[in-house]
Amino acid sequence: MATLDSKIPEGPLAQKWTKYKGSVKQINPANKKKLEIIVVGTGLSGAGAASALGELGYNVKNFCYQDSPRRAHSVAAQGGINAAKNYQNDGDSVYRLFYDMIKGGDYRAREANVYRAAEVSNQVIDHFTALGVPFARDYGGTLDTRSFGGVQVSRTFYARGQTGQQCLLGCYSSLNRQIKKGNVVMYPRREMLDLVVIGGKARGIITRNLITGEIERHSAHAVVLATGGYGTIYYLSTLAVNSNASAAWKAHKKGAFFANPSFIQIHPTSVPQMNQFQSKLTLMSESLRNDGRMWVPKEKNDKRPANSIPDEERDYYLERKYPAFGNLVPRDVASRATKERCDSGYGVGKTGLAVYLDFRDAIRKQGKKAIENKYGNLFEMYKTITGFDPYEEPMMIYPAGHYTMGGLWVDYELMTTIPGLYAIGEANFSDHGANRLGASSLMQAAGDGYFILPNTICNYLADEIRVPKIPTDSQEFADAEKSAVERLKSLISINGRQTASSFHRRLGKIMWDHCGMIRNEEGLRKALVLIEELRKEFWSDLKVPGKINEVNQELEKAGRVADYLELASLLVTDALDRRESCGAHFREEFQTPDGEALRNDSGYAYVAAWEYAGEGKSHILHREHLKFEEVELKVRSYK
Amino acid sequence: MDLRLKIWRQKDARSQGSFETYSMEDVSPEMSFLEMLDALNKKLVEQGKDPVAFDHDCREGICGSCGMYINGHPHGPVPAVTTCLLSMRYFRDGETIWVEPWRARAFPVIRDLIVDRSAFDKIQIAGGFISVNTGGAPEANSIPVPKKDSDNAFDSSICIGCGACVAACKNSSAMLFVSAKISQFALLPQGRIEAKERVRAMVDKMDELGFGSCSNTGACEAECPKQIRLTNIARLNREYYKAF
Repeated sequence: MATLDSKIPEGPLAQKWTKYKGSVKQINPANKKKLEIIVVGTGLSGAGAASALGELGYNVKNFCYQDSPRRAHSVAAQGGINAAKNYQNDGDSVYRLFYDMIKGGDYRAREANVYRAAEVSNQVIDHFTALGVPFARDYGGTLDTRSFGGVQVSRTFYARGQTGQQCLLGCYSSLNRQIKKGNVVMYPRREMLDLVVIGGKARGIITRNLITGEIERHSAHAVVLATGGYGTIYYLSTLAVNSNASAAWKAHKKGAFFANPSFIQIHPTSVPQMNQFQSKLTLMSESLRNDGRMWVPKEKNDKRPANSIPDEERDYYLERKYPAFGNLVPRDVASRATKERCDSGYGVGKTGLAVYLDFRDAIRKQGKKAIENKYGNLFEMYKTITGFDPYEEPMMIYPAGHYTMGGLWVDYELMTTIPGLYAIGEANFSDHGANRLGASSLMQAAGDGYFILPNTICNYLADEIRVPKIPTDSQEFADAEKSAVERLKSLISINGRQTASSFHRRLGKIMWDHCGMIRNEEGLRKALVLIEELRKEFWSDLKVPGKINEVNQELEKAGRVADYLELASLLVTDALDRRESCGAHFREEFQTPDGEALRNDSGYAYVAAWEYAGEGKSHILHREHLKFEEVELKVRSYK
Repeated sequence: MDLRLKIWRQKDARSQGSFETYSMEDVSPEMSFLEMLDALNKKLVEQGKDPVAFDHDCREGICGSCGMYINGHPHGPVPAVTTCLLSMRYFRDGETIWVEPWRARAFPVIRDLIVDRSAFDKIQIAGGFISVNTGGAPEANSIPVPKKDSDNAFDSSICIGCGACVAACKNSSAMLFVSAKISQFALLPQGRIEAKERVRAMVDKMDELGFGSCSNTGACEAECPKQIRLTNIARLNREYYKAF
């Protein structure tokens, strides 16, 4: 059984990464050419890692399920990317960024990892700028920043409301350069079906070619998962609808521990659900809260149009409850406050599941042009989706599942509990604790991919230089391929009546109702039963038309939903285990008299790392106790 | 509302395709076009039939996966939206809607509405990058860039690579797509250093892959969901002439 060794280097926090890099094993360039690395995913972390590893001379194979690496879901990040540049002279520093992340994560992240993420953030901005990412600039030609939810300094670099797209296209360009050089071979339209473990080490993957349906074997000396998060477990979320947990889940079942699965961020500002066929909730960037004010009518069931409700009859509930941070409180705090207002009957819109985000005052003060410069594309998008013009009337918004802080457990080197298997970006758990601060996902993903993994992976690969190219005709590859094919066949052979999406929708509802923004023991226990029932129904009444060896999008969906039906149980189990409220995890039983999260540091200051124990068996919990040497654990207060 | 759909069905690249007719009842005007197709597919799957295959992912107009010809327009009749954000409120009860894949020699049909756009990646691989290694970048503020140039570069950089410009063009030209990337880098000091090599490599690759010539008709600009301007093509031409 694997044990948890976080491998945090000795020494003062601020010197750990420098010291680590200075002592890590090196591989000479000639030997790097003999080593192969598989990277799954082409978002900021995946494409970043593939490019950086290619530049170093490794042979990289990069996979994505989309038709092009440029479409990975990092593309949809809107608001910005943090860095501790202190360009505004507002007292920012690596330490302050680190501190904000630790605090924002409600003291459930590992100090050393978080500090390192803050440390490399400045290099990330330098690198993207050099790659031609057109970040917003001031009139003097220097880079502009803005402030973002949950912090009081202005450290967020942005490219209008599509920072993720611009950063991703930067990564895509560096990836293309390595493809041209032959250092990276790109495999688009491939879905990872299983991880191949040989002699205890990750040695390859089984994929399905989504065009021909062909099942393929790919080998390497190490495997990197950059496969993103599992927010689509709620079905309706801000994620791309094909985002999934399958690669991470397959790795989990082969021995990689899954950490803090119940830490899922609910984003406070997305366009509310408008019809029952909806498959996606579009995010409206958190940056909007810099100028938008959130409110509901003071009277219940007030059906007047927003603009005819006078100021004194509006409840600006975030400003009222949290005067120090106002509309800029962290996402979990804002989401819960919104849910509380709507559950109490103050919600607006057809369903009552929406609140206003109002720009009237900002437009009056700054002028329409200034607001358009900052949020033009978001306002357009809102209008396109809803038909309403946010320059004229407030937006209606509601929280939606967004980002998963939980993920595969990794040590300081970003290696999972399977030697040779790494997890980077949103796919790992390490940097955001129980809640992620705005604009730190792009930062962490790019930092992991470009700057951290290429250093840490050496420590493992240095001992692999004598290992020749891994053959794909071994028993382990054959077995993994066989079980992958059998699973596809079994999905098709159920031949029931209901589509994969209809099961996904029902699973999402169970998760949203019982394991969403607010959780309690009774609801969680009920969810476990409901998930189990749904899983049984899935395996007896699923309908997948078509065959394996052709384009079969229903088959793709079915495989992902089947994995979600398993992950969902673990997620709920984790939420049950954590008998405290922290960050995005709010247990009703554990709250202060005024309704704020009540953390339990003596009992739960640990990372819950779950080990898969086999079909039908309960997961085994391993605790990595978090040591806080630098920061004092405080009650998070935004009042 | 009730709709009649005429959708292009094609089993694979080698098979002959044809239009199939489907009727859809009770379509809500609040649905997006792709949600309407989801609803159709649900019905088809429950009847044991093959669903209509189409590319899609983010469903918020930014990944560039989706794209189909709707009533003779790439991404449908509404300007500046992708298919995923095209609202059904723009269609009338009883309307017949024609749905086809992109049609261009360089974008062969894979199945139904899915086409192979890997030619776009190949053009980017040929030169759509700035040659800088990880770790070698100068401090970000050491190279000031005039705000105007940076804003213009941004306006060119927002192309999502969906292929609507090629589909809209009577010559299946990829000039708007290529010019957007060329412009982004040409406008930034970081990109100027390799400007000549880049424009030659990307244009050569574009020609090699079977995209047609540009005759400045402007259909690409009119149909681009991200409103990439025709001025980018002017800049591409200028950069190209300067490169020899």
